[in-house]
Amino acid sequence: MACFLVSAAEAVVVTTAKHIEAKKEIRIEEKGGNTETAESRIPMSRKLKWLSNMLWGGVALLLFEHIWHGEVVPWFPFLTAMNSAEDTAEMLHEMATVGVCMAVLISVVWVGICIAADALAKKSAAAEGGRA
Amino acid sequence: MTLLITVFAAVAATLLWYRRKDDSMQFGFLSLMYWGAALMWTVDAVFEYAELGADYFAPEAADMLNDAFLGLSAVALGLVIWLVRLLIMDPKGSVRMALKKAA
Repeated sequence: MACFLVSAAEAVVVTTAKHIEAKKEIRIEEKGGNTETAESRIPMSRKLKWLSNMLWGGVALLLFEHIWHGEVVPWFPFLTAMNSAEDTAEMLHEMATVGVCMAVLISVVWVGICIAADALAKKSAAAEGGRA
Repeated sequence: MTLLITVFAAVAATLLWYRRKDDSMQFGFLSLMYWGAALMWTVDAVFEYAELGADYFAPEAADMLNDAFLGLSAVALGLVIWLVRLLIMDPKGSVRMALKKAA
């Protein structure tokens, strides 16, 4: 009904955080600092970009699916489930269950990607160090 | 069917990203977009399976055809989004070069 709205809200927060983090990293680099931390060689803004791409991509394609099924319309209130109180309650229940699970699953997969990417970056850095 | 088609698109985009020579085609964005949608549709499928049980795996032919049509349309929309973003960001400078030549 409108499950993708939960991921859309997360995408807005993540995109904002990504911009803030990118500005912070630029400031650190301008001061001659290093954005790499002991745990990670990949900047946080890049990792947040992966999450925002997954979230916005999913939201765009699911929005299309909802338009396809007639659940989202181009006129106010945009969601057909808003036409009756019963449908609205069902929509909110779906957002609280399916929608939240979607956002959580994407976030969990992203955490896994970040851990794997950090491990690979560390491994390649160690291999480079060994060669030098 | 929509989920299945999106997963195939995500795998294909990921393979293109893996075989890339540089980032100019931005296949990473395309694969993340499809994986995001595939994960979201996976959750949808799990909830539907919990409701329908084994009937989930035996859809009506008309529903399957509609879902396949939707899946292909979603993949096409993803490709259009990726292409528009690629042309706007223009990492190889091809669009800028073409515009300079035209001017």
